[in-house]
Amino acid sequence: MDLSAINPILFIAGFFVAATPLIFAAIGELVVERTGVLNLGVEGMMIIGAICGFATAVETGSPLLGFAAAAVGGAALSLLFAFLTQVMLANQVASGLALTLFGLGFSALLGQSYVGIKPPRMGDVNFGPLADIPVLGPILLSHDIIVYFGLALVVAVWAVLKYTRIGLTLRAVGENHDAAHALGFKVKRIRTLAIMFGGACAGMGGAYISLIRVPQWTEGMTAGIGWIALALVVFASWRPLRVLAGAYLFGGLVQLQLNLQGAGVAIPVEYLAMSPYVITIIVLVFLSRSRSAAPGSLGRIFHASS
Amino acid sequence: MTPPLLSLSALTKAYPGVVANDSVSLEISAGQVHALLGENGAGKSTLVKMIYGLVKPDTGTMQMNGAPFTPSEPRAARAAGVGMVFQHFSLFDAMTVAENIALGMEHAPKLSALSAQITKVSEAYGLPLSPDRIVGDLSAGERQRVEIIRCLLQEPKLLIMDEPTSVLTPQEVGILFKTLRKLSAEGTAILYISHKLEEIRTLCDHATILRLGKVVGECTPRDTTAREMAEMMVGKLLQTPTRAGQTAGDTVLTLTNLTAPAPNAFGMALKDISLELRSGEILGIGGVAGNGQDELLAALSGERPVARGMISYKGTDIGPHGPTLRRKAGLLAAPEERMGHAAAPDMSLTENAMLTGAARMGLDKSGFLDWPAARTFAEAVIAKFDVRTPSAASAARSLSGGNLQKFVIGREVMQAPEVFVVNQPTWGVDASAAADIRQALLDLAKNGAALIVISQDLDELMEISDRFAALNEGRLTPPRPAQGITVEEIGLMMGGAHDMEVAHV
Repeated sequence: MDLSAINPILFIAGFFVAATPLIFAAIGELVVERTGVLNLGVEGMMIIGAICGFATAVETGSPLLGFAAAAVGGAALSLLFAFLTQVMLANQVASGLALTLFGLGFSALLGQSYVGIKPPRMGDVNFGPLADIPVLGPILLSHDIIVYFGLALVVAVWAVLKYTRIGLTLRAVGENHDAAHALGFKVKRIRTLAIMFGGACAGMGGAYISLIRVPQWTEGMTAGIGWIALALVVFASWRPLRVLAGAYLFGGLVQLQLNLQGAGVAIPVEYLAMSPYVITIIVLVFLSRSRSAAPGSLGRIFHASS
Repeated sequence: MTPPLLSLSALTKAYPGVVANDSVSLEISAGQVHALLGENGAGKSTLVKMIYGLVKPDTGTMQMNGAPFTPSEPRAARAAGVGMVFQHFSLFDAMTVAENIALGMEHAPKLSALSAQITKVSEAYGLPLSPDRIVGDLSAGERQRVEIIRCLLQEPKLLIMDEPTSVLTPQEVGILFKTLRKLSAEGTAILYISHKLEEIRTLCDHATILRLGKVVGECTPRDTTAREMAEMMVGKLLQTPTRAGQTAGDTVLTLTNLTAPAPNAFGMALKDISLELRSGEILGIGGVAGNGQDELLAALSGERPVARGMISYKGTDIGPHGPTLRRKAGLLAAPEERMGHAAAPDMSLTENAMLTGAARMGLDKSGFLDWPAARTFAEAVIAKFDVRTPSAASAARSLSGGNLQKFVIGREVMQAPEVFVVNQPTWGVDASAAADIRQALLDLAKNGAALIVISQDLDELMEISDRFAALNEGRLTPPRPAQGITVEEIGLMMGGAHDMEVAHV
């Protein structure tokens, strides 16, 4: 065992990369759940995003176009969920699970000819001389644009939910859809838009895995991040900034276990590999123990009767 | 002559299988307090939903100030000056008063400015309300104020109020009426929906009576007796429940310092409730909703067992017993919420009869269910209580509220309870069915059962109770004879100081 092989700066910088897919998926799902919809298809939308982004980036040579395609792919798949749950009034849990299974299978089909290819690399943002600041520079200012976009997205979602009329309406629909309908809000339209936003976010999260974090395409490569995102939203009590904190905790633990594996710690690899999932859940359970603030209409089907 | 503020002519709206409104016409002038009277299902709600833009009429026209008025959505109706206070509040529990009000406005100002406006309007109209409180923590009366102030901030020309007093104490009703009179004096028209006739006689200038979707009469409430109006509503002569002079028998149920913690954040703890219940008597328990009614029923039915020594039934300590043991012994209960609490909505009436009848009616035999017996039992309830349903195999959900209520009450009454606890026995039930249910409760007492009737409807409690007590903040006042008690005394028992003060105008 040789812990000195771990470079602390690279190690901490790695938090951001490990956390970003989770941040995207979780912040999207948070918005969806705040409008009262429980979409368990995050994993499916992520993996579809991963392959759409990967294929587009390989074909066009542009990672940014890849991310755009991933957002479109994830949103398109989420539309299927929106159709099932908002138009056909199907059960949200069953529809979400179906979405995940469908996404995993369909992405494998799409990805057959992309196995073993390397995608074009995405450059880091150039902060000029700022990047040369010792310690802080390599940790905070040495990442690609998507990492910063993810951070900005969380802050934006937080601000919109807290300070704007759109956010208030969104929360109202999730809190009591009958009352929102009685006030004249278009419950289904608002929910459909939120579901699409969630799909686009999950898709980008998936593409971050296939284009930057790994980077290559393998079947089922999202490996449960979508499920962690779902748990994260619940245990973060539906609050954006807590989601961010939870995602970094998870990212940090992933990074730690990878480094420990590299350093040859005498613990079986399987335990190390599962530790981030277990520890994140435990910590979040304790954090959310005080009070749960689930949106009042979460998971309930809305039907405008008479 | 100026045109009326709002005139409806020949409005018709049909739903599959039922004509909710059949050629309804009426006129409301500015400053008028206009009552809309009718039983459940008479079409009152559909009519006001059309005015508020939630439902489109099939045929017929509406005019406001002489110009055509066709609101396609509530927003348009609000823009035209129509405000509505719903019967079931359309509020968001987890949000503050100010946020709730902002949601109902077209162009909401910033929250700080809005808070100032809320305070101003609430003082001007004598409706004390603090803008920063979370709605989930408010009493029913305060919630209603949120709705009213939300409407008032838009300066409506017509305010629709759907059964506004069903959740208020007499004192709160007084405050509300003062506000409404002030509004009417300022020229705001009020369309007031209710089936409480005495209230309409005190408040309203004019009444339109609906039955089965049609206008069956109009009157000036002050010059008409409540009985005449009721008979117009129902279309037949009403039977007043009769009671025989009853002497109370032995004590069957004793509560000794019954105390239980609140079941959840929005629940109420029960504090030190003591009483003795004798066979053959009806104890009426009043109180504003949310003061421990549901919790008391749960403690008595066995849904939430309590500690030893708190509930004694015929000398046996049954505090820790669950519902099945209590039912076997003869202590039955019927909760308030019929869909999902008293009855399982998606199960048939036979299955629902099995659910509570199994223990006492012998519908299960060593673990196996005797469905033919359950069906016979359900059919007996349906026949005896005049439940209108195609068959006992119909799902509970498919019954109208009043019919299902008759079924869930009848199901318990037919099991010949020795103690029967019921919460809101006639909630949302039309006048003739309510009279039938009350008569059944009185008959039960006549045959020697002891009853606890929890209700929000004071007239009902006065009609059937031998003794009266009130719940307030989880405490029960000492019971006193119901004969000769006045409304003021009841109000004091119910409210204590519960929001009784009117803000100084």
